[in-house]
Amino acid sequence: MKKLLALLLALCMVFALCACGTTTPTEPQEPSEPASGNPVVKIGIFEPASGDNGAGGKQETLGVQYANSVCPTVEIAGTTYDVELVAVDNESSNDKAPSAASTLVNAGVSIVLGSYGSSVAIAGGPTFEAAGIPVMGITCTNPQVTEGNGYYFRICFLDPFQGTVLANYAYNELGVTKAYCLSKLGDDYSGGLVKYFVEAFEGLGGECVEETFPDGNSDFTSYVANAKNADCGVFYSPVSIEAAQLIIDQVVAQGATFPLLAGDTWDSNVILQAAKGKDVSITVTTFYPEGANPEFDAGCKEWINADPKNLANNNGDDTISAVTAMGYDAYFVALEAMKAAGSIEPADVMAALWNVQYDGVSGHIAFDSVNGDAIRNTAFVKQANTADGTWTALPEVTIG
Amino acid sequence: MEFIQNNLTYILSGISVGGQYALIAIGYTMVYGILRLINFAHGDVFMIAGLMMVYLSTWVPLYISIPLVIILTVLLGFLIERVAYKPLRSAPRMSIMISAIGVSYLLQNCALYFTGGLAKIYPQLPWLSNTVTIWGATTKIVTLVTPIITIVLVVLLVLLIKYTKVGMAMRAVSRDFETSQLMGIKINTVISVTFVIGSFLAAGGSLLYFTNYASVTPTSGAMPGLKCFVAAVFGGIGSIPGAVIGAFIIGICENIIKGLGWTTFSDAFTFALLIIILLVKPTGLFGEKSTDKV
Repeated sequence: MKKLLALLLALCMVFALCACGTTTPTEPQEPSEPASGNPVVKIGIFEPASGDNGAGGKQETLGVQYANSVCPTVEIAGTTYDVELVAVDNESSNDKAPSAASTLVNAGVSIVLGSYGSSVAIAGGPTFEAAGIPVMGITCTNPQVTEGNGYYFRICFLDPFQGTVLANYAYNELGVTKAYCLSKLGDDYSGGLVKYFVEAFEGLGGECVEETFPDGNSDFTSYVANAKNADCGVFYSPVSIEAAQLIIDQVVAQGATFPLLAGDTWDSNVILQAAKGKDVSITVTTFYPEGANPEFDAGCKEWINADPKNLANNNGDDTISAVTAMGYDAYFVALEAMKAAGSIEPADVMAALWNVQYDGVSGHIAFDSVNGDAIRNTAFVKQANTADGTWTALPEVTIG
Repeated sequence: MEFIQNNLTYILSGISVGGQYALIAIGYTMVYGILRLINFAHGDVFMIAGLMMVYLSTWVPLYISIPLVIILTVLLGFLIERVAYKPLRSAPRMSIMISAIGVSYLLQNCALYFTGGLAKIYPQLPWLSNTVTIWGATTKIVTLVTPIITIVLVVLLVLLIKYTKVGMAMRAVSRDFETSQLMGIKINTVISVTFVIGSFLAAGGSLLYFTNYASVTPTSGAMPGLKCFVAAVFGGIGSIPGAVIGAFIIGICENIIKGLGWTTFSDAFTFALLIIILLVKPTGLFGEKSTDKV
């Protein structure tokens, strides 16, 4: 009896392992379009679908998927290819990122898009470099993502720029001279943004109080109290969305009056929902304001609303995130690169990427010749309208 | 006066977090007292209670969903004991510990599957979520209510253990497993009751904790679980008053450390405290041999 049970359990385990092996690398693609007989080119999506940055990663992936639904084929050197998206979940975790990256490498992708969250992009970068596959960062803004990694490109602005824009906004527009800066311990994204903000803000003549919180912290009471006690005029916390919800909640609970200021991460409907109906002021810098391209907005909304799964991945409503628009652009830049390369070999795509230029919904995209960073000098500024849960666009900021 | 106004927030928050930790720490300490098992799944039971509230509150009103969450959590704790621990009762102690770690990861991954990995916003409980101002410090009502609820529950629990038949049975089992079996105590029932009480308190703790920090993720239970375990060891594992006092000390110290501006070290402090206590007093604050290990 016992032996039989043991055997059964062992079989169960083997079965479970088999199931794992076959299901992990594929996820979002609908099983799909009738076999057209076209050859297939694979584009990897290296994004978090869980963990701290799960919400943002899913919205960025939505942009790529929408672009794929708009343009499912590409003509390269006279041959029409079907584009297949291969998505992996890097779980927002630096130690899971390399193995997720290897999954994409093994799937034989020509180019990879992502990741949301600079930390995982930095952690996964070397794997792609070793395999010789080009990666295009969509919204990872930390300079270290592309520095020293010739295979990493990106289509968004960088943190030194974003931090400066926010510091100028706080000093000149809000007129405050003391800022509270909160980042997550060991997180490259928030740590970097705080560093550049502090440099710029102190350069303008302001004063900063810097603090960090450890991973897994959900009690922000003391941080908000510290900011209040230090008489700070603005609470700058460019942290993940998960932490943002708790911070907003706590700021409201303590009746703090200072405005909240954050980077592109907070440009999400998750934040809007958390702040709706509450007495709090939130301002963010971002890549794309909803409404800048009505045609794209309408198409994307229709596509999101058509499938409950997409709607759930967009956090239950059809607000267009900037990261979704950026994901959409990234997909077309990748297609342009493959067209220019005339090949689906990663090495050829990589060589062609340097000279690709593309006019996307988020603006003109071109890469510099040093690190493969996007040449961008405009950031959009948005303020949360807590009465009806939407973003209000403020004048955009251009530097240099 | 101004000093109090500025620092009251930290103390209040510390006491309230301490109370929430205490409710979870009791679950660790009771199970350890009776089974000599560190129930690693306890923090995740707490997290599942939070998630159940998020989902249930969307389709039934709060006055049904709150009792329902408590009942379901109790049921979950009971089932975990029956399925994962009871069959291993005569196995080496290490096996049952590994089984507990397995349950913990199973619960986390199930939660990951159901939530899709995104943080869920905890529903606002009427009255508890409101804000109040006392002496210039603004906070949620739940912050003030938590320590009171905690103390009431702990007093009830101590009375239960001291004066009821099942309480006496629990004390007997914690002293000597085999002898109490010989005396006709149904130890399976006693152990189940222990898990039921532990899960009930974890459900209560989750209601208070997530009302204050209104976001539930699959790993929400990990850090509080670990800290409550530390609290239980700190107070002397197996001792209920010890766990409660340990939890309050950890909660308050953590917030004072943050208030002093050493935010980076707030977690490091908790664990450093654990090491120091173990070095100086290996049995914890109240972990004398003579105490009732329930």
